[in-house]
Amino acid sequence: MSRLARRNVIGRAMFALTGLSMFVTVSSLFFILGYLIWHGFRSINFAFFTQLPKPPGELGGGMANAIAGSAELILIATLIGAPVGFFAGVYLSEFGGRKFSFVVRYVTDLLNGVPSIVVGIFAYSLVVVPLGHFSIFAGGFALSVIFIPIAVRTTEQFLQGVPQSFREAALALGAPKWKAIATVVVPAAFGALATGMLLALARVAGETAPLLFTSFSNQFWNLSPNEPAASLPVMIFTYAISPYKDWHRQAWAAGLVLLALVLFINISARLLLPRRAPR
Amino acid sequence: MTAATKTESSASEPAAAGPAQSVQKLSVSHLNFFYGKQQTLYDVSLEIEANRITALIGPSGCGKSTFLRVLNRMFETVKGTRVEGGVLLDGEDIFAADVTALRRRVGMVFQKANPFPKSIFNNVAYGLRVNGLCSRGEIPDAVEKSLRRAALWDEVRDHLHKSAYTLSGGQQQRLCIARALAVDPEVLLLDEPSSALDPIATSKIEELLFELKKSCTIAIVTHNMQQAARIADRTGFFLMGRLVEIDDTATIFKKPSRRETEDYITGRFG
Repeated sequence: MSRLARRNVIGRAMFALTGLSMFVTVSSLFFILGYLIWHGFRSINFAFFTQLPKPPGELGGGMANAIAGSAELILIATLIGAPVGFFAGVYLSEFGGRKFSFVVRYVTDLLNGVPSIVVGIFAYSLVVVPLGHFSIFAGGFALSVIFIPIAVRTTEQFLQGVPQSFREAALALGAPKWKAIATVVVPAAFGALATGMLLALARVAGETAPLLFTSFSNQFWNLSPNEPAASLPVMIFTYAISPYKDWHRQAWAAGLVLLALVLFINISARLLLPRRAPR
Repeated sequence: MTAATKTESSASEPAAAGPAQSVQKLSVSHLNFFYGKQQTLYDVSLEIEANRITALIGPSGCGKSTFLRVLNRMFETVKGTRVEGGVLLDGEDIFAADVTALRRRVGMVFQKANPFPKSIFNNVAYGLRVNGLCSRGEIPDAVEKSLRRAALWDEVRDHLHKSAYTLSGGQQQRLCIARALAVDPEVLLLDEPSSALDPIATSKIEELLFELKKSCTIAIVTHNMQQAARIADRTGFFLMGRLVEIDDTATIFKKPSRRETEDYITGRFG
């Protein structure tokens, strides 16, 4: 085989390999989506959104309490995680020295890599044990620990994308540094920052492990942050491993709702992301 | 006004005005500048006279932009920089002053037009608001005044609330000048303000500077020697971090006292 022919063969082989990998990646999502829609749509009904769970063995019922519980957990996680993540990101981007920032960034990445079950244990020993009971607050706290590193890194990254010339222009007009950040740098990146927060939110919305022994679960209606509550991911876990057929059906429905929620947040986050500022 | 008539007036003006009237606005003595261990300005001493245009020329990397950024202490935004020597604004040490107050008095326009991603109106109003210079009710008048001074008012009066990015490059640069003028600076520093502009936009900026020097002291860094000759009352020549000489523009371009200046101006290097 001539050299040229061999090169062409290698070229085609590499193209096929990259193409195949791409296909596996993309088709995974569509396979999951299709599977969930197939099972979920057959299972979902109006009662799922409006009724409380029925005791084991009884047919019907829904997950209204889990939907509300998930919403409250995400809200608490965002209320803690978004400001902490935002300000830490501003610090990293605008104030941090080179060496210290490197350390903080590295620690943030490590935090991002901590297995979520470990985050659950951490929240358990820090919140559940001292309070003596499971609670939505404990679950929200656990989720915020996952929320924060994502928010920090996206905030930092998007602020770094703001042209230096904006900062210079503001400083040259006599703006103190904090004012230049608050009135020029952050507004210039606002859409992107909101996107980062939404992505973090979408990520924690589907977390299960940190909730297992923090917000626990609840067969009944509860909105008090000081009490345990049901959440969609934990309900999926509980229902899926149960021996009841009707619970399996509802687990599929919950999976579909959760996935739809996460996809919705992700897609709206992308739509929110503004096209980059000119230049 | 055409470029040709400006050359005449700038060449004749310093002689007519005479040095007796000149007031030192900024006085720089024995300035050394360091970036880390590397020294980029060596023992620069010069005076910038009030209500005059002082041009700083020289080849790329000669330190003229660095010098300009010392005058409003913008260099301090870069870590690892250090200066030695003194800079006096109206006789007061700028390094002892509050840096935000100094930058309000000594405005700056950058090489690339850098309007904020805000409306035209809010760009100009920014400095007023940040410095709390006037009440909310007075802002529209102050914005109009600044846009008029920057000769931009007639072009933008009907769309003040459109994004600044809807303007052309030359208009954006005049908007940046208007924004700098809004806080009523005593000195305006311009770092190659027209290097990215076409000749028509450039001539507009030059006309504008001519108008502005009645109320403002202007220091402009330029790559373009014709521009210096057209607009400047005084011209300083920088080479490799040193100020080779500074004199009336006519003198610098007609009979400079240093060989290096003559070589640069006649195009033998740089």
